[in-house]
Amino acid sequence: MPIHTDTVRKKFPILETEVNGHPLIYFDNAATTQKPDMVMDRLRTYYERENSNIHRGAHFLSQQATEAYEAARGTMQSFINAKYPYEIIFTRGATESINLVAHSFCNKFVKAGDEVLISAMEHHSNIVPWQIACKEKQADLKVIPMNEKGELRMSAFRDLLGAKTRLVAVTHVSNALGTINPVKEMIELAHEKNIPVLIDGAQATPHMTVDVQALDCDFYCFSGHKMYGPMGVGVLYGKEVWLNQMPPYQSGGEMIKEVSFKKTTYNELPFKFEAGTPNVADVLGMEAAIKFILELGHTHIAAHENDLLAYAIEKLKQLDNIRFIGTAGKRTSVVSFLFEDIHPYDTGIILDKLGIAVRTGHHCAQPIMDFYRIPGTIRVSLAVYNTRREIDLLVDALARVREMFG
Amino acid sequence: MATIREKAQEVIEEFELFDDWMDKYNYIIDLGKALPGIDENIKEDKYLIKGCQAQVWLVAEYNGGKVIYSADSDALITRGIIALLIRVLSGHAPEDIVEADMSFIDRIGLKEHLSATRSNGLLNMIKQMKLYALAFQQKK
Ligand SMILES: Cc1ncc(COP(=O)(O)O)c(C=O)c1O
Repeated sequence: MPIHTDTVRKKFPILETEVNGHPLIYFDNAATTQKPDMVMDRLRTYYERENSNIHRGAHFLSQQATEAYEAARGTMQSFINAKYPYEIIFTRGATESINLVAHSFCNKFVKAGDEVLISAMEHHSNIVPWQIACKEKQADLKVIPMNEKGELRMSAFRDLLGAKTRLVAVTHVSNALGTINPVKEMIELAHEKNIPVLIDGAQATPHMTVDVQALDCDFYCFSGHKMYGPMGVGVLYGKEVWLNQMPPYQSGGEMIKEVSFKKTTYNELPFKFEAGTPNVADVLGMEAAIKFILELGHTHIAAHENDLLAYAIEKLKQLDNIRFIGTAGKRTSVVSFLFEDIHPYDTGIILDKLGIAVRTGHHCAQPIMDFYRIPGTIRVSLAVYNTRREIDLLVDALARVREMFG
Repeated sequence: MATIREKAQEVIEEFELFDDWMDKYNYIIDLGKALPGIDENIKEDKYLIKGCQAQVWLVAEYNGGKVIYSADSDALITRGIIALLIRVLSGHAPEDIVEADMSFIDRIGLKEHLSATRSNGLLNMIKQMKLYALAFQQKK
């Protein structure tokens, strides 16, 4: 069913907030989305009726919580069409997923003189862990360049894939530019040279169906809180063959099979990578978020968001001195821009006064801002509950900004 | 010459005249436009206070027992607030600046600009203004 925003918005009580006397307009969805009732209800029910530590006690509550937790793993598995449930590792979010791979994969497979390949449009989360891992291993971090529109340069990518490349780590969708990268093609190219690929899907899963088997990616990372779920929970998908060969990331309870003071044997997948008491409640909350997405349907969500994106671009274009940052042919849900004559910070302050939440600044992607030689952008990022009316109000507010600063 | 406290009080009274945020911000924008700023060629890294969103450059000179500040920012609202800070603190003795009560920013409803999340360099600018004063005080 096409998205009916009135109905959808009723599920998000926070959208009724007033900010500085104006109804909140929430356009900071790429930072984190709001949470529907069903997610909050799930958290509450868990703590009210199900709370217990999992995999440990044989008692009723513990078994029930364990079953719920493992069922959620199954939901994640089918959400991204992973082959096996144990290829789903629960983490704190995309950042921790990337750190896990940067640590464990590089530990095992990267040595001095090797190369790891990332792209010019990565979030800091998909830059810094590789920098650290490469430094430790005396390996080189190489960067796939992009063009002025904010698209990766595929010919440069082909040239960078070399005998020394051990891994490619690239974002599915850019948080700052909205570019959808041709990840399937990139994975094929890398695989021709037997190079595994990690995809940072933090900005993709809220907006599009992801099929990790069809993509054939080796790792895929995403965060619950960017897709209507709770903060502090996310997923690392990894192909069994890699995960089995990688050493554990953190250690402690849950991830062990047998422990003596002389020797410890590690548990099997996925527990090898889930040390300590997991974040059961938020995993279940994230499962509820996935159910919310699936009920609406990714196709309908995408249709709604694409309509809004096109509408927003069309309207914003009419403002004087506006410069769009990121004009890739394939993009989703993000429009980044600035006024040539007004600092994005100034614009952001006035929008905030008018109840409009946007992100200003470098969006944790400083290299992109350096590339465009700008101090930052104003980023409007859309979600399923946003409306054309909100975009009209944004454009009015921006016209006011122009009056004040122009 | 008025003391720091008197100048801060003056600013508070000025801001009491605005009945809405638009007027207030228009005034701050005007202050920002009027701020002389600093020369492009001395916008060097050693004067730069990096914020995640806006940058601030701060220069301090010590002259005849008084600290004279000049500063600049790439964002206009930040420049406006800088103008207020300079108006209150510049031209005073180091020991007075070190001890200065900066709560007037809060009183005029601009505290949000000093929060760490705004990350516009202002919070560090105030720290840096006081640090300069402290350094001059110790040199005396
Ligand atoms: C593309 C991208 N990757 C990774 C992250 C990090 O996600 P998290 O902070 O949830 O770990 C983000 C968050 O902004 C992102 O946009």
